[in-house]
Amino acid sequence: MATGSLPKPASGWSLSPEDKPILIAGAFILVILATGTAYTLATQGTASFLSPVYLLQQLQVGAFLGIVAAGAMLVILLGHIDLSIPWTLTAGAMLGSAIGGPYAIPVGLAVGMVVGLMNGLGVAYLRVPSMIFTLGVNAVMRGFMVMLTGGYAPQSTATPLMSYLATGNVLGIPMPLIVWAVLSVLVVLLLQRTAIGRYIYAIGNRERAAYLSGINTRMVIILAFVVSGACSALAGVLLAGYSSKAYQGMGDPYLLPAIAAVVIGGTNILGGRGRYLGTVVGTILIVLLTSVLSVMQMPEAGRQIIYGLVIILMLLVYGRQRGVIA
Amino acid sequence: MNDLRLRLGQNLGLLLAIGLFLLFWLVYNGLHPKGFSTAVLIQNANESFVIGAVAMAQTVPVLAGGLDLSVGAVMTLVNCLASVLVNGSGWQMVLGILVCLAAGTLAGWVNGAVVVYGRIQPIIATLATGAVYIGIALFIRPTPGGEVDGDLSWALTNDVYEFCATYGLFDDGEAAWLAPFAWIPMPMAIMLLVIFLIWIPFRNSVTGRGVYAIGSSEGAAYMSGVRIDRCKIAAFTLAGFFAGLGGLYLALQTSSGNADVPQAGAYTLNSIAAVVIGGTSLMGGSGGAICSLIGAMVIRAISFNFRIFDIAPLLQPLFEGIVLLGAVSIGAARVFRVKNRLELLG
Repeated sequence: MATGSLPKPASGWSLSPEDKPILIAGAFILVILATGTAYTLATQGTASFLSPVYLLQQLQVGAFLGIVAAGAMLVILLGHIDLSIPWTLTAGAMLGSAIGGPYAIPVGLAVGMVVGLMNGLGVAYLRVPSMIFTLGVNAVMRGFMVMLTGGYAPQSTATPLMSYLATGNVLGIPMPLIVWAVLSVLVVLLLQRTAIGRYIYAIGNRERAAYLSGINTRMVIILAFVVSGACSALAGVLLAGYSSKAYQGMGDPYLLPAIAAVVIGGTNILGGRGRYLGTVVGTILIVLLTSVLSVMQMPEAGRQIIYGLVIILMLLVYGRQRGVIA
Repeated sequence: MNDLRLRLGQNLGLLLAIGLFLLFWLVYNGLHPKGFSTAVLIQNANESFVIGAVAMAQTVPVLAGGLDLSVGAVMTLVNCLASVLVNGSGWQMVLGILVCLAAGTLAGWVNGAVVVYGRIQPIIATLATGAVYIGIALFIRPTPGGEVDGDLSWALTNDVYEFCATYGLFDDGEAAWLAPFAWIPMPMAIMLLVIFLIWIPFRNSVTGRGVYAIGSSEGAAYMSGVRIDRCKIAAFTLAGFFAGLGGLYLALQTSSGNADVPQAGAYTLNSIAAVVIGGTSLMGGSGGAICSLIGAMVIRAISFNFRIFDIAPLLQPLFEGIVLLGAVSIGAARVFRVKNRLELLG
């Protein structure tokens, strides 16, 4: 064996640091399914977790989280974070269904993009830490929505198209899943096949270097926040269609799971590293974990504890990060 | 003179916060029918204590360049624990209080250990531990309830005179030397004790200075021999203690425990807002717990005014959001004076 040469794997492929979390998370999904199946076999004598109907249903529910997570991931890749997701989602849903008619969905998405633009301007131009600026924008959006609706669930219902996109299906495949898949392809193309995708990773690694390389970092940051806002609003529009109307606080259960999905998928919370496939796997993991725990009639307390432990455990398994970063 | 100007310049954020607080608080008291009375002061102090403690909790990890998303959860956990333990005979209550504070401190230590030994980013580590703490809180109190000793609750949410009268100290609080202090609300007195007995000694200790050094530049601190691990764990542990103190006080104030998940989230987010309004840099290295306490008081003083001006409750969230955004945007105005954009980029 030649000394000094790096050991090479026997097969033609090697496991990159970014693939490892995806494989581990994938394996953990199988563990969850196996545990759930063992439970249902023992208590009901059926393997309902492995039925295609159940899995498709879970993917349909997971699509809402997946769409939110796709936008959140772009922002996290930049090294920022979008805490305005809950009320961007709600605002998109509320205003979209309030307008109604053919413009419902475009208006909903536009609301999300405007919120994203606000976030982007604050972060890119005012250089306020994204955590605090998006938090403020979230509070303002909440204020607007509470003011507009009087604090009650709005009376307007979702348009037929919104309901179709959320509950319809084509050849047995639920529509939200198709929307999520199309969005995923677009995000992957953006990240891997366009210059902007490269810029996003570059800014996440070191904005200073990206700026000195001639990248218009401000525009890229604004764009990422606009996409994130649009994704949140899209999820809101679909969710309004799913439950036939928008309601207060509908976005609250989506913020932390979305961030958790992105991180479990191996994306570095400090930005610059991560693959979109990981976010998809992370989303499925969280949705299945939630579903299996609720089928096992785990009380809310136990669910929270397991949820937190899983995140810590996954990150510990992924390997500890380097110590001091100078 | 130059020294003074330098110091003022360095604490511009804090001065702004003090100014905002005085403005809102004086307006509130000026228009309140019983303004500037002890009763109003006690009420204000009671309502500010918990958010102040949680904001102080958030400050310590922020100073070290981290963030603690579990402060609201720790507060809720201790709140639920207190609603079970702080009852019974005198010694049982003392023991209960100590257990509550120890539980908060332990939760903070666990955060620090996960961050330091697990080498997980603080923001995501505390997000996860926060879920665990909320879970434990829900186990302790699946539904709101519990009871806290009525005398203790009364004594600690009133002024010093009532405290002494309740427990028969210093001639039931009638002692002549006590008269100048009798008006001080107990929450304010406890907060002052915490600041002078815990925060200031910590800040001046080697570990406390290490926390500031890590926030300024972790690499430089490491090279200078600062015990990075110990300082980070200490920062999170102290945060747990402060958050636990807040939770304990909330139990005294409401005489019950409530594992309210949205409330925990709201306290965490408000704590970050208070830290920023108080002038502590989210990048770490400058600011302090006292600044955040004032930041928290600004947030509370704003909501006091909602009552005076009779602002519809529906508009209140909007005002809070606009004030937060406005405060950070004013703080960000310096970016327009910077000529070289490289200075802004990390």
